Amino acid sequence: MEVNHTIEDHIYQPEEKRYSYLNLGPTHPATHGIFQNVLKMDGEIIVEATSTIGYIHRAFEKLAERRPFYQITPITDRMNYCSSPINNIGWHMTVEKLLGIEIPKRVQYLRVIVMELARIADHIICNAVIGIDTGALTGFVYMFQQREEIYEIYEHICGARLTSNVGRIGGFERDFTPRTWEKIDTFLNNFPTVLKEFESLLSRNRIFMDRTVGCGPITAEKALSYSFTGPNLRAAGVDYDVRVAMPYSSYDDFDFQIPVGKNGDTYDRFMVRQEEMWQSLSIIKQAIAKIPEGPFHANVPEFYLPPKEEVYNNMEALIYHFKIVMGETDVPKGEVYHCVEGGNGELGFYLISDGGRQPFRLHFRRPCFIYYQAFPEMVKGSMLSDAILTMSSMNVIAGELDS
Amino acid sequence: MSTLTEDIRMADRPEGLEGQGFFATKLQTVVGLARKNSIWPLPFATSCCGIEFMATMGAHYDLARFGSERLSFSPRQADLLMVMGTIAKKMGPVLRQVYEQMAEPRWVLSVGACASSGGIFDTYSVLQGIDRIIPVDVYVPGCPPRPEQIIDGVIKIQRLVETESLRRRDSPEYKAMLNTYGIE
Amino acid sequence: MEVTDLEKIVSVLKEKYEEDILYAEMLYDFPTISLKKEKIVEIIQYLRDNSETKFEFLTTLCGIHYPELNQIAVMYQLHNMMTGKRVRLKTYLPIELPTVTSLTSVFPGANWMERETYDFFGVIFEGHPNLKRILNVDEMIIFPLRKEYPLEDQVREDKNDAMFGR
Repeated sequence: MEVNHTIEDHIYQPEEKRYSYLNLGPTHPATHGIFQNVLKMDGEIIVEATSTIGYIHRAFEKLAERRPFYQITPITDRMNYCSSPINNIGWHMTVEKLLGIEIPKRVQYLRVIVMELARIADHIICNAVIGIDTGALTGFVYMFQQREEIYEIYEHICGARLTSNVGRIGGFERDFTPRTWEKIDTFLNNFPTVLKEFESLLSRNRIFMDRTVGCGPITAEKALSYSFTGPNLRAAGVDYDVRVAMPYSSYDDFDFQIPVGKNGDTYDRFMVRQEEMWQSLSIIKQAIAKIPEGPFHANVPEFYLPPKEEVYNNMEALIYHFKIVMGETDVPKGEVYHCVEGGNGELGFYLISDGGRQPFRLHFRRPCFIYYQAFPEMVKGSMLSDAILTMSSMNVIAGELDS
Repeated sequence: MSTLTEDIRMADRPEGLEGQGFFATKLQTVVGLARKNSIWPLPFATSCCGIEFMATMGAHYDLARFGSERLSFSPRQADLLMVMGTIAKKMGPVLRQVYEQMAEPRWVLSVGACASSGGIFDTYSVLQGIDRIIPVDVYVPGCPPRPEQIIDGVIKIQRLVETESLRRRDSPEYKAMLNTYGIE
Repeated sequence: MEVTDLEKIVSVLKEKYEEDILYAEMLYDFPTISLKKEKIVEIIQYLRDNSETKFEFLTTLCGIHYPELNQIAVMYQLHNMMTGKRVRLKTYLPIELPTVTSLTSVFPGANWMERETYDFFGVIFEGHPNLKRILNVDEMIIFPLRKEYPLEDQVREDKNDAMFGR
């Protein structure tokens, strides 16, 4: 029998460390979304992490070159699907910037209400899931019931629960009904109690703090160099919020604060999102108190479909309807960039139009894709369960990660 | 109050021979009854339909009432593979591997338009329907489907589980069907 | 007379890199400057370190294919968070050999953005630590976002193109 290895191969050589490779994903109960991390482990400590993404690449940017502007809204829904109204309204604002449409004040306030509800919905999922990953399963069940309430409000506004496709270029398709306002009031009355209960479960809980404080930290300089935005950057200490830095849709009429953390670890990210939910509630209350009367859409007959009664009875409305649907309206050429504060940070839309009804190039600046690059660095030297927590506290949503 | 008791439908006892202290019926009926009320799903949630699944598992639309209290994330211990969300071509081999690891009897529920046929994403990178790589039992359309629709899909799976013959998985027709997918 | 943002940035650039500026304009209140590709990374580093412009944040990086010009443009967007000013820089690369120096030495956040641009357009970033495909399957040989490639998968047989005007 031939032996082609010596006894020395079997004696443990202390100078040469042997690492094990652990594959985390793409399907894994704890990764929320499908992306793969191959972790090089030295026992329990992670030495290096390599990420592979693209498991749900749906080619949004190429798909957008085939669709007219108003058909791109359902695609933007599916990027950050936990807070899809923000994506929709951001896209509509980009097109309105290209076309130079002036939006009435009432529409802007209504948009603010919808976007802040979406932000609350996004942070509900993120925080509840951080709770699950540390073992606190109860918070998820209670918070998701509140998300059902938000879904019912969406259904009254636009008809859909999750992928909302809300609004039109120039405003909304219909005004909010009295039942919608009732539902929003009920939500504003009930949600603070539930949020307080959830907060009391976790935010000063010794076990939770032991798990999350110091887990996956990142300094402000590193976060800025990796182009972080959103709650992850604010948890690291930089108070950059697109709503305050470049106010859009009348956000400068409202008085709210930006919560900022210190260490950039998981606990800070959790608390920043928690506080942002309180701030969003206050913004919605201010918007409801100050909302002016007025039209629920801008007066742009070339881009906003006229109501069906007019199409059947009125000649101009018929012609506009035909021109919009068949794509005969004149679209100006140009390059425009617009950004909104999404649930995860600065969600940007870079649109190049060449005068046709479809964009020449549409690029989405997806915050999740950009900050997930820093994951290997945030997780180096920590243990496996900390890596799971870091991943879920960064709110990685697979639809936004791969376009 | 009387309408409340009228709306309740007691589960029917399966057909069988009854006597003092014994009840005889077919093994297939009993096994079907037991299996259908304790399906352990494997949620293969990829995108937006996964969030609707989380809502289905929540307290409002509770999927655990139907026996799916324990979600199994390991394919070896799961009965039902619920594919929820878009499957890209990069993900296809992963899905196939997960399906092959499941033990018989196994069922597949394709939730959402993207899993059933590619959905709105008729692009070069999206698999146009998971039934190109694995056999599917029930399709739930929708983008995303409401939780009631997902529960309806699970109930249809339950009906399939209840009435399935015990010999189906060893039959040559089943093996031939698996061979068309390239699964041995 | 007040100096507009565009003029300020152009004047800062003209101190050292006058010959690299091809074109500067304001598009929808956004200063856009087209530059030559050779020294683009130095220019971005200069704009980052210069105390008047201080563009220390890279917002985004993407590619654009212009089939009529036979060129692929790479667009960088920089942001100065303290003053809120932004600038867009574009370089045009010939389609036969689209190479440009990588920005990862200046902004580590450009790593995945450049991989995405490589994946979609085939732009080769010299000096990039790990230039592989990121979103598409590794075995793909085409660069799908170029205009000559179709959107749909050509081998599917269940969708009737004639019915949908494709």
